[in-house]
Amino acid sequence: MNDAAPRISLSKLFSVFALIGVTSFGGGIVAYLRRALVDKEKWLDEDGFMAALEISQTLPGLNSTNMSVIVGRKLRGPAGALVATLGMILPGAFIVTALGFTYVALRHDPKVAVVLTGVAAAAVGLLVQVTLKIGWKQLIRPQDLLFVVVVFVLVGIFHVSLLVTLIAVAPLAIWVHRPRTEKEAA
Amino acid sequence: MSKIVELINVFALLSLLAVGGGTAVLPEMEHVTVERCHWVSDTQFAEIYSLGQLAPGPNMTCVALIGYEVSGVAGLLAVLVAFFFPACLLCYFASKVWDAAEGSPWRDAVQRGMAPIVIGLMLAGCYALGKTASYNPAKDWDVNLLTLGIGAAVAVILSLTRINPALTILAGGAAGLFLLG
Repeated sequence: MNDAAPRISLSKLFSVFALIGVTSFGGGIVAYLRRALVDKEKWLDEDGFMAALEISQTLPGLNSTNMSVIVGRKLRGPAGALVATLGMILPGAFIVTALGFTYVALRHDPKVAVVLTGVAAAAVGLLVQVTLKIGWKQLIRPQDLLFVVVVFVLVGIFHVSLLVTLIAVAPLAIWVHRPRTEKEAA
Repeated sequence: MSKIVELINVFALLSLLAVGGGTAVLPEMEHVTVERCHWVSDTQFAEIYSLGQLAPGPNMTCVALIGYEVSGVAGLLAVLVAFFFPACLLCYFASKVWDAAEGSPWRDAVQRGMAPIVIGLMLAGCYALGKTASYNPAKDWDVNLLTLGIGAAVAVILSLTRINPALTILAGGAAGLFLLG
């Protein structure tokens, strides 16, 4: 059955992900991925895309690289996963390196310093907005809010290591949402 | 050489702890690289993160620049590999297991349980960056007023419009140049 679908070449896989990697300015890579993988190339249908997204958001690691691994694996196995992920990472890595070299050379220039102050201030605004948007979308309930506050205080204020925090808090948070049988729910 | 090993250790662990995306490890990364290892200053950390917002692709590729600050190009490459490879490898195998667990009610429990943790970590990330980039007690009140104002303006503009976020970052830089320069 699957043989009917044309086999996607590794170079095609790389170029599609590299195009996303080089054009996705300003974050929001998921939207770029959907446009390329579902609308344009039709490698995945909407359900397949959502299923892949669900896994990449739950597993550790960046959503964009996890999506590359999962979609690359589905289409071409281990080699596909590698090629798609490299395509996603490399263009941005080159550009950020170029920006970084410029930054290291110029950062003590007072004009550059004030630009960077403004850029960093704006980046905080972006991060706050993304955090609130995601938080709002999850429609956090009162018991969830408790976990938000506990994690913020432990990691943000007291600098408890992330590993310790996750080991302590994650099982509890998952337990709160554990699947209930009819008997338990009654 | 030992610096490279240290970089790899720190970023490989961060890679595996990045639940819900790279932003979730921001507070831990700030604490380790700035306060514990003294690889970069708090201001440099905020600036490096901001540069990442100006590049395309995954916004956390900017972590490579911390490696560059510590050990030059070798450090840059080491951090890039350490930060991306372990999580990708884990994802490769875990996504196979996940496919196998299709339909298990525990999948939903994991997702709903982790969501508030990720939000808490992202808030801690806002705080870790904001405590130097938005309100820096070492600077004059008018500078702080401006940086807080830029952040608030960006958050409001992004909530109300569908403008590309990278443009608001550039506008923040322009505001810094004309109002602070």
